[in-house]
Amino acid sequence: MAAKDIYYVPEGSKWPIFGSFALFVLFIGGALLFNGNANANVVLYIGIALVAYMFVGWFNDVIGESRAGKYSEQVDVSFRMGMGWFIFSEVMFFAAFFGALYYARMFSIPWLGGLGSGTATHEFLWSAFEAAWPLSVTPDPTNYDQPKDVVPAFGVPAINTLILLTSGVTVTFAHWALKNSKRTSLNLWLAATVLLGFVFVYFQAEEYIHAYNDLNLKLSSGIYGSTFYLLTGFHGFHVTMGAIMLLVILLRTMRGHFSKKDHFAFEAVAWYWHFVDVVWLGLFIFVYWI
Amino acid sequence: MSTVAHEHDHHHAPTGLKRWIFSTNHKDIGTLYLIFSLMMFFIGGAMAMIIRAELFQPGLQFVDPQFYNSMVTVHALIMIFGAVMPAGVGLANWMIPLMIGAPDMALPRMNNMSFWILPFGFALLISTLFMNGGGPAGGWTMYPPLVLQLGDAFPFLIFTVHILGVSSIMGAINIIATVFNMRAPGMTLMKMPLFVWTWVITAFLLIASLPVLAGAVTMLLTDKYFGTSFFNAAGGGDPVLFQHIFWFFGHPEVYILALPAFGIVSTIIPTFARKPLFGYASMVYATASIAILSFFVWAHHMFTVGMPIKGELFFMYATMLIAVPTGVKVFNWMATMWKGAMTFEAPMLFSIAFVILFTIGGFSGLMLGITPVDFQYHDTYFVVAHFHYVLLTGAVFSLMAAAYYWLPKWTGYMYDEKLAKIHFWLSTIAANVLFFPQHFLGLAGMPRRIPDYNIVFADFNMISSIGGFAYGISQLLFVYIVIKCALGGKKAKAQAWEGAKGLEWTVPSPAPFHTFETPPKLTKSMLEN
Repeated sequence: MAAKDIYYVPEGSKWPIFGSFALFVLFIGGALLFNGNANANVVLYIGIALVAYMFVGWFNDVIGESRAGKYSEQVDVSFRMGMGWFIFSEVMFFAAFFGALYYARMFSIPWLGGLGSGTATHEFLWSAFEAAWPLSVTPDPTNYDQPKDVVPAFGVPAINTLILLTSGVTVTFAHWALKNSKRTSLNLWLAATVLLGFVFVYFQAEEYIHAYNDLNLKLSSGIYGSTFYLLTGFHGFHVTMGAIMLLVILLRTMRGHFSKKDHFAFEAVAWYWHFVDVVWLGLFIFVYWI
Repeated sequence: MSTVAHEHDHHHAPTGLKRWIFSTNHKDIGTLYLIFSLMMFFIGGAMAMIIRAELFQPGLQFVDPQFYNSMVTVHALIMIFGAVMPAGVGLANWMIPLMIGAPDMALPRMNNMSFWILPFGFALLISTLFMNGGGPAGGWTMYPPLVLQLGDAFPFLIFTVHILGVSSIMGAINIIATVFNMRAPGMTLMKMPLFVWTWVITAFLLIASLPVLAGAVTMLLTDKYFGTSFFNAAGGGDPVLFQHIFWFFGHPEVYILALPAFGIVSTIIPTFARKPLFGYASMVYATASIAILSFFVWAHHMFTVGMPIKGELFFMYATMLIAVPTGVKVFNWMATMWKGAMTFEAPMLFSIAFVILFTIGGFSGLMLGITPVDFQYHDTYFVVAHFHYVLLTGAVFSLMAAAYYWLPKWTGYMYDEKLAKIHFWLSTIAANVLFFPQHFLGLAGMPRRIPDYNIVFADFNMISSIGGFAYGISQLLFVYIVIKCALGGKKAKAQAWEGAKGLEWTVPSPAPFHTFETPPKLTKSMLEN
């Protein structure tokens, strides 16, 4: 039967309103924490637990329905569009931070250094300031942790680039294996991808510790530290999420889920993985390298 | 396929509370959105009444300046994110599946979540008014460093923006998936009703701009609590950077509010002029052009902040360009009415008022877009008059028009036409008494966001406040008309309006719980726009 002849509308679900409430608790917990409330941690942990429970429960329902064959081709296309545009929204989220980086490098630092229309600013605010990137001496040097050195591109970051690029290849091998019904090969390549993802996160954490303790590069190190940690931090968070998603897919393939034709969840996670890969390339070039 | 057996479970409608809180039905979720937005319209409106009461006379009358500023700030946030956007999404939910012959939205559960986030989000926002240090008072634009001085409300404000952003992005993804995946066979893109077109373009704007706002407010959060210096020149950042990022979101946001209004008016005017929409294709292209251009004009909100002259010129010319597609639209609406067999029911009256008054707001926008002139107008009541003409007599009037137009389809009854006309005339006269004098106040130099003013501005402020109170009271009439219509009245036919075109008029009034469970066979006449 052609998929378009019959539409599928899912049954009502408790997860949407539960998820809304979970986010509400999570954000209240976070806000209380910032306000120094004594009970903030409790609220925050309850919020995190509720959000996690919502994800597990909601995906459990969806996986069950998918396994029961309830989803038509049309539903599949809706899911694809949903995931694609979700990734686009993530791209725009990173764009805000890349925009901040470019603005600081192209405009605010040169102007503070006296370039162009910034002459008076330079003279009257911090006349001793010299524009440079990476910025190791902030315009007002007194209240900031001045980094001793920059994080070199061709050390751990270059290795991490190789790791992520390799993981993009392994996930593609896994996809080919899935399409050819080679289940053992699928599991192995997917496991390799998960492993590479977590190795990346491990190296990133090591690098953070090194930068924080040895290089004195902190969030409070002026705009260089701000852009460095927010960009790489949000990326690292996304890699962690992506690796967890890959792990869930691996657990599913090991249980024999997915067929050579029907495996959208696998593809969605692979798309996501390629997205964090591409963001990393931007980071490697603009944050570490040039 | 097991879907067949499954389909039959759905013919009975769920009942009680579960029907609403677990809903996957686009009509129920649309109704929730619309009722929620009406409630927010009155909460935000009450804040506007406080503002106008304070400004009734010079000097401090009723509230202290800090509270006045939080009223200004929260009024804006509620009206934008709580009233106009949810009303638009509510209309999209109700009408898009009906207009394109789909059984429901593409992702019905996500649809439910994007609604249910809203009450929680606004609970967060409104709770800030009762916190230590008061509610957000630095303006809805949240400029640093001022906004960083906010007390306990600060993280709640930031997280409100995040959570509402999540809701809007999910809503937008859903609309895009619905329009591109769920159209009935034969409903090609260029046959879609213009309301659907304007909404799908709006959805692109939402997905591209809201994450940028989320990024901007995240930087505010880390600047305040983690010692980053994105918006602090002492650490190499720049407070102006926030304004750039904010308005990269903020200007597309303006069109997120306006484009669905264009779609509504483009639906209603042909119905009551009994002529097809003039220049359908040009309307589609004009809408798309406005959307694309909206990403290249943001800095016209910050001409006086101290940008290089090349930047000022670029953003001035880019802004002027938007007048071209907007002009195409206004001329098309006029050409649609030209020699039409017009009747003037309430939806048509609101739509015609929209065309005239939105155009006034558009022209004052052009004045503000001219850099050297803006140096005089910036942050004066002229700006307030401008955006209330485009948002109140623009967006809100179109929403009123839409409500009257589709109420027969929603409730199955015709609304009270006589009362609706009274509501129209009261609203239109009051809104102009309210906002037109603010042009003069602004040109004479009265600044925005200040609870007191020079005595020379007293007369116009008193007139404006009287208009404000009149507008506020006359909206109660709207609530009465809606409730009266929901409870009963003259039965509405499937085709409630003689000249109406489109699939939504082929289903009975009120629209049954499930429609188009199998794709409708479209005839040529159904596809006329």
